[in-house]
Amino acid sequence: MTDTLPGAAIPNPLDEAAITAAVEDAIAAIEAASSLDELKAVRLAHTGEKSPLSLANREIGGLAKEHKAAAGKLMGSSRGRVNQALAARTLVLEAENDARILIEETVDVTAGPRRRRAGARHPLSTLQDRVSDIFVGMGWEIAEGPEVESEWFNFDALNFKPDHPAREMQDTFFVEPPEAHLLMRTHTSPVQVRSMLEREVPIYVLCPGKVFRTDELDATHTPVFHQFEGLAIDKNLSMADLRGTLEHFARQMFGDEASIRLRPNYFPFTEPSAELDIWHPGAKGGPRWIEWGGCGMVNPNVLRAAGIDPDIYSGFAFGMGIERTLMFRNEVGDMRDMIEGDVRFSEHFGMEI
Amino acid sequence: MRIPLSWLREFAQVPADATAEDVMADLVKVGFEEEEVHRPTDELTGPVVVGQVLSLVKEPQTNGKTINWCQVRVVPEGQEQTLTGEGIDPSGVQGIICGAHNFVEGDKVVVTLPGAVLPGNFQISARKTYGHLSAGMIASVRELGIGDDHDGILVLSRIGLDPEIGTDAMELLGLYDQAAEINVTPDRGYAFSIRGVAREYAHATGTTFVDPASKVNAPATLQGGYGVKLNDDAPIYGKPGCDRFVARTVRGVDASRPTPPWMSSRLRLAGVRSISLPVDISNYVMLELGQPNHCYDLDKLAGDIVVRRAVAGEKITTLDDKERKLDVEDLLITDDSGAIGIAGVMGGAHTEVSDSTTNILVEAAHFDEVSIARSRRRHKLPSEASKRFERGVDWHVANIAAQRVVDLLVELAGGTADEAGTDVGTAPDAVTIDLPAEFASARIGIDFTDEQITTSLVDLGATVEKTSSGYVVTAPSWRNDLETKEDLSEEIARLVGYDNIPSTLPVAPPGRGLSRSQQQKRRVVQALADAGLTEVLSYPFVSKAANDTFGVAAEGEARPALKLANPISEENGFLRTSILPGLIEVARRNHSRGFRDLAVYEAGLVFLPGETLGTDSIPPLGVKPSDEILDALYDGVPHQPLYIAAVLTGHDSPAAATHTPRAWDWADAVDVARLIADVLGVELVVTQGSHQAFHPGRAAQLALRSGDVVGYAGELHPKLLAAHDMPARSVALEVNVEALFEAAADVIVAKHISGFPVATQDVALVVPQDVPADQVLAALREGAGELLEDVALFDVYAGPGIDEGKKSLAFGLRFRADDRTLTADEASEARAAAVAVTAERFGAVQR
Repeated sequence: MTDTLPGAAIPNPLDEAAITAAVEDAIAAIEAASSLDELKAVRLAHTGEKSPLSLANREIGGLAKEHKAAAGKLMGSSRGRVNQALAARTLVLEAENDARILIEETVDVTAGPRRRRAGARHPLSTLQDRVSDIFVGMGWEIAEGPEVESEWFNFDALNFKPDHPAREMQDTFFVEPPEAHLLMRTHTSPVQVRSMLEREVPIYVLCPGKVFRTDELDATHTPVFHQFEGLAIDKNLSMADLRGTLEHFARQMFGDEASIRLRPNYFPFTEPSAELDIWHPGAKGGPRWIEWGGCGMVNPNVLRAAGIDPDIYSGFAFGMGIERTLMFRNEVGDMRDMIEGDVRFSEHFGMEI
Repeated sequence: MRIPLSWLREFAQVPADATAEDVMADLVKVGFEEEEVHRPTDELTGPVVVGQVLSLVKEPQTNGKTINWCQVRVVPEGQEQTLTGEGIDPSGVQGIICGAHNFVEGDKVVVTLPGAVLPGNFQISARKTYGHLSAGMIASVRELGIGDDHDGILVLSRIGLDPEIGTDAMELLGLYDQAAEINVTPDRGYAFSIRGVAREYAHATGTTFVDPASKVNAPATLQGGYGVKLNDDAPIYGKPGCDRFVARTVRGVDASRPTPPWMSSRLRLAGVRSISLPVDISNYVMLELGQPNHCYDLDKLAGDIVVRRAVAGEKITTLDDKERKLDVEDLLITDDSGAIGIAGVMGGAHTEVSDSTTNILVEAAHFDEVSIARSRRRHKLPSEASKRFERGVDWHVANIAAQRVVDLLVELAGGTADEAGTDVGTAPDAVTIDLPAEFASARIGIDFTDEQITTSLVDLGATVEKTSSGYVVTAPSWRNDLETKEDLSEEIARLVGYDNIPSTLPVAPPGRGLSRSQQQKRRVVQALADAGLTEVLSYPFVSKAANDTFGVAAEGEARPALKLANPISEENGFLRTSILPGLIEVARRNHSRGFRDLAVYEAGLVFLPGETLGTDSIPPLGVKPSDEILDALYDGVPHQPLYIAAVLTGHDSPAAATHTPRAWDWADAVDVARLIADVLGVELVVTQGSHQAFHPGRAAQLALRSGDVVGYAGELHPKLLAAHDMPARSVALEVNVEALFEAAADVIVAKHISGFPVATQDVALVVPQDVPADQVLAALREGAGELLEDVALFDVYAGPGIDEGKKSLAFGLRFRADDRTLTADEASEARAAAVAVTAERFGAVQR
């Protein structure tokens, strides 16, 4: 790299035409520079120590006193023009350079690795949380209890007579020895009894949890499944309150189009009792009624067992299966998918349902 | 309960074109769930007609069989065949090949003509066989789908029929009838009868109902009949086992007569097999009126009938020819020979009616629900009779049912009824219930009119008396489920229609949200998923060996576990004391399905029984137990804390072009345990641990600051992994999170944040190989004093430059003061103090 223009004569700092020509030369070269490196060479050539303009400038010292001002003014403005052009070109080329580097750094973002495992909740537990949240939002509280229970909490306190067929229909797992009267709870209703014994009325609780029946595992049965049961004890509660609560809940779960239907049924712990159907607008194969659970007004014997005066208080209760809800809400076709622990089932849902 | 529509129509106004589906839809409204439709025509379509065998030529075949080449008239002589179609002979006589030999020329038979379809999608057509064109089939009961007997074809005279040739045989055999099957809830014993369902159908549709009991003309009193004594000396709950026994006798019966098709077809549709005429009559009456009854061969009875409890050691051979040992609580029907029946459950073989029986004693009795239920359960003998008695039978229908059986025996079996009869027992008091005027309205939320209340109850069969404050209601005798004003409210709501119940949303008092432990559980469970683990569920049923391995740290040590009395499988007959066995099984299953990189976790209860197990007795229902009894109930329920376990196998992430995954190792297990503790804000003390399920050198014991051990984490024992078909180096952890919940601070006090600069100092300490790094770190922390902000282990080295049996641990220490900038000397002094403690405690030497 040379810092002088070969063969160039030193222009006279008073020769405006020659100086202007040198400036024009410099600006043309600056404009022509296509990279920062080229621009650097141009800068040295046109503003360096041995550039025509620098050399011309140096001549000013040898000029007659009366010409010095004019020559200084000419040289000052000329070098200013060149420097301006340099600065402007530098900015442009720097921007171009920056942009090019970024372009050169381009990667294939679709080829990026997944460095973090995507975890997942089990949809039954996610759904249980969601149901709980709806009721907590209504001011209800969540109550839980043991899975191995005293027979009294599971049956007698709930008005199951010792020899009544209803008791056997529960297909109970009994714990040895039989004299201990322990069993695996067949529903979450014992938690209702515990709630009534442990809490002050009015009581509004939701009891979600695991329950057990001696069913062999198949597409629609499992010996271990989940329920959520609600219990409200207050003054003057009626079946209309039960219906209103269930309707509100159904809409939170299935949208504003959802509605419910009650059909007479029998449970030892409620009187009157009803079967609960839900109108599921999004059901696979079109909107239809789907059996969802059971409900009713708490049997006065149940209130008495918990020391609550049925002449002052009344209550309602309801219960649904979480598996069943998941099956028709999320179109799960086979019960076994939910309980075999295949990670694909949980991972498909991720953190949501 | 299956309801043949033709039967229902006798007593209720079922529209002529109503299908079983229509009937079920109506019954749903009054509380009977739909089960199934039973309709023979879904499987069988005509033409199926009565034909007469005109000629029958036996043609021996080369295969040794002889076939019959028959000419069968299917249109009355002189009339034209109106059916057309391929294979239908216009002459009205069909040529048919038949392989059965139980019929002769002149017999009237059922002919399935070409075009008919039989059960099993068996299409009848004219086809060439054995050198003839066989145009149709002479049918057996089995081929028609109406019985199991396939020995031969159905000869109509043998079932007492002589219809005109060409008659529609499907009509004749009741095959156009259909049945609706409904589910009857256990409180409604009365609905296990056509009588009960017809009444309910009338409720559902607002039509009229004719009580089948009212069509039977039974004498008001019976006298002079067979001797019967009710001798129950051990009533259950003070209720006599038998409070009514009606006995009637019919003589000169031909028990071998066929059951008429109208009866057998209804029985078949109702799901009851036809056995013999007397038994069919007995079953028919039970289905119609809901009263189980029994026919004895009168000539085999010896002396008076006595209803009593069994004596120790007594035995009976029941109708199913099984000898059964009786319990002293079993209620028996006996005569001088001993037991002749387990009351209400099953009759004895000895006095059973047979084809040769000519004299019959009919029993229609009323038994105590509990007594029958217990006998049925004890002998595992669920019968149609016991099903009804357990749920309750109308006391007042016994004599009517007996009369109905007698009438049918006379009509169909040619018997003669004795005028004398027996009817002993005492009617129970009618149940009367006070129903306050406003009660039903308040409980249901519908403003019932007086008329709605009265009409509903009267329609049920109750009598209603108005009083100044409401109603006094006498429940009908067949409704043993009606005892309280709540029961009556349900009935009124049911008959008015549940659809009329309005909707109001009650407002709960201000709630407290999720409890602390509920929030803690949620946070932990969510945090694990956020950390990349997958939540799964497993069953709590495990083997004894699994509990012995996972539930206790030291081999051979015993921890009590709960055993199920009736497990699904004997092998897994225990309740888990650890989640790991189930979780490892889940991991193994996933691994075998091709998922090599796994991180699964489960949160669930484990079952840790203590000294007390349950209670010897349980308090009665409907009464709050005393505090002592309640406390005993609570105390008897085994401890069931919430545990969380995780199993990690394979790699931490999927392999990719620019990414090398890391294999999970023991430290990941410890790390997940720490994560759980971090989420809860609990300090977890990790020390070298020993647990038989884990690698002896790669297990961490997890404890609280208090010293309470809350779990283990590390690499699973190689032998155990091999035994479970799991990959080597799989790691796991299990934590009693309930203990962590309790250890979590209620309030965390804020710490002052110093704005002064930090002074960092590093130190490398040489210590014996077996000194845990964690303890050295704790010693540094202790020795460094208040100025120490943080200390971390950043390197572990053993090898050249370090003596055999020693290792070098490098720590970075950060010092900071609250009130000033620390000088280098101050930091160095604090470091020296820290090192001094490690020197004193472990002989640590600064490198």
